[in-house]
Amino acid sequence: MFSPRSSRGDKAKPFERGLMSQTLENRASPDAATQLDIYRRMVRIERNDEFTRTQIRRGRITAPYYSARGQEVIPSTLSNLMTDDDVICTIYRGIHDMVAKGMPLRPLWAEICGRIDGTCKGKGGPMHLTHPETGVMVTTGIVGSSMPIANGFAWASLLDGSKRVTVAYFGDGASNIGAFHEALNLASVWKLPVIFVCSNNGFAEHTRYENATSVDFISKRAIGYGMPGYTVDGNDPLDMYAHAHAAIERARAGDGPTLLECKTFRFMGHVFGDADSYMTKEEKDAALAKDPLVLFRQKLLDDGIATEEQLEEMKTSIEAEVQDAIDFAFESGYASVDELRRDVFAEEIPA
Amino acid sequence: MSTETAEMLKMTGQAAITAALFQAMEEDSKVLVFGEDVADREGGGVMGTTRGLSTKFGDLRVRSTPIAEQSIVGAAVGAAMAGYKPVAEIMLMNFITVAMDMIVNHAAKLRFMSGGQSTVPLVIRTLTGAGWQTAGQHSDHYEGWFAHTAGIKVVAPATPADYKGLLLSAIQDPDPVLFIENSRTLFVPGEVAADQGPIPLGKARVAREGTHISLITYSGMVANCLAAAAELETQGISAEVIDLRTVSPWDKDAVLASADKTGRAIVVHEAVRHFGPGGEIASTIQEELFRKLKAPVRRLGAPYSAVPFAKVLEDAFLVQPADIAAAAKALCEYD
Repeated sequence: MFSPRSSRGDKAKPFERGLMSQTLENRASPDAATQLDIYRRMVRIERNDEFTRTQIRRGRITAPYYSARGQEVIPSTLSNLMTDDDVICTIYRGIHDMVAKGMPLRPLWAEICGRIDGTCKGKGGPMHLTHPETGVMVTTGIVGSSMPIANGFAWASLLDGSKRVTVAYFGDGASNIGAFHEALNLASVWKLPVIFVCSNNGFAEHTRYENATSVDFISKRAIGYGMPGYTVDGNDPLDMYAHAHAAIERARAGDGPTLLECKTFRFMGHVFGDADSYMTKEEKDAALAKDPLVLFRQKLLDDGIATEEQLEEMKTSIEAEVQDAIDFAFESGYASVDELRRDVFAEEIPA
Repeated sequence: MSTETAEMLKMTGQAAITAALFQAMEEDSKVLVFGEDVADREGGGVMGTTRGLSTKFGDLRVRSTPIAEQSIVGAAVGAAMAGYKPVAEIMLMNFITVAMDMIVNHAAKLRFMSGGQSTVPLVIRTLTGAGWQTAGQHSDHYEGWFAHTAGIKVVAPATPADYKGLLLSAIQDPDPVLFIENSRTLFVPGEVAADQGPIPLGKARVAREGTHISLITYSGMVANCLAAAAELETQGISAEVIDLRTVSPWDKDAVLASADKTGRAIVVHEAVRHFGPGGEIASTIQEELFRKLKAPVRRLGAPYSAVPFAKVLEDAFLVQPADIAAAAKALCEYD
């Protein structure tokens, strides 16, 4: 299923695949309805992100915020291919992963506002959102830690005899921490149904990729762990779809894990408000000029998959959903301080 | 029938743990065992504690892992959240340091951070204890770190019966439990009821009754306190020995009842005294019983150093029965 032989032209790609990175054969293609669904998830992420930044600018939310603007394609495509039973373990800058997976926005907003109606009663906050109903199992604030835990969920799938797959989201920086290496090794030895999805946006916090990473393509690290690894254009829904489809099929078939290195770009820096002084204006402008949301929208129109009116209506309805969630969140109250004694253990700690 | 004495078996703490694992896996198909070398292909654990489990319950429920503690505990966290009851073995307590993120930031906190949606019912079994000249990286008692972390229970048995009963409870507990096996007590035989069932966590045991002074201890130091109590008896001092069994949450009621009765207390542990669990317990006794105490509460623990190699140094590092007896005598003569 994976081979170092290049079977496609790789024309007009924004990066060159490394000599050793693997090339997928038998590429699945998304049909029109699938493409529209991927786009809908992308817009839901982007609108939610824009509304979040607006609320922060207005001073209505006090929380660190890690915008995923520019990285919408990756979780939107994977989520299209996942069921509600499939689970994700994501990271503190992973709200887009949750929105793509279908987390309802009311409890999401209530949580990032620290309210009692939040997914975690306001006790987790934007870096620790959890929503098991939609498969959002763990959101970690520790770089790399989504991966060892994802293995446990994947092991449970083997024990259950279920077809459930687990996706571990992380960034390029996390591929340099020990957790990545331990987790990939174990997943491979145990043939776990897990997909390691690395959003490679070129920067680990403020450090440029090449100044902290020993290989030109993170996908090459998969070779060392005996699993397929692909470098994917994470801003191209078709390339993402082909690779995500192959990885999920492989996991469901019991053939083991896959590493997907999804190349993308962070439009808003590491944390919202950072000055981007560690990147050049040229590279940022070049990335902004290839906004995946704009490009995919145009493709849907060009291919006759959707009309301008349909897409505007989609946007309006998503904005209404987000606004409703914001209103809901700000009307919600705060948890009682008794909550400090609850959920430490199953049994409440006496006052 | 009810007055009939239960059948008693003689076994070591290690055999008691093995028995508990067999029983728990038999009773509940969600119980899993994994860690370095735990399957029979690898000998059933470096100490042989898990011998026979993989043969009986299969290679999927009993798995040997790579030497990768972070990965071991991470997999335990995920499997626990997915509805299983993993019993992960971290061979030695010092090796837990490389899995601290998974224990402290994840296992202990996910229930709270998720507002009660996530449950992490895992057990981490680990072995430690000085006395075998394994020196600075193979014998530390680090229970204080975990007792300081909200969301994880810390169990440290001292007898074969408690090894079995407390492990059965730990496995069925809805929260993460660190289960500490002490290398000096694990291989000492003792009596265990053939039908020994779960012993509740958080409940202390009066290991020896006394009236003049309370020795509050757990794990490997229970034996040293009992030896000291026997010596003190020859000097006319009646020492009560309280075996906490669970370090966190600790049995405050039992400790205060004993200290209230005797008016004198020493907290004894193998861990380094400096910022050790003894500080918390001694301080609580003084806060709650200030006017009833006949002497200051003392703490005995290891000196502020790494565990040394040379036997003469290691003996000095460990609190010895003579140290406990001397401290107890001094408190009984305090005025």
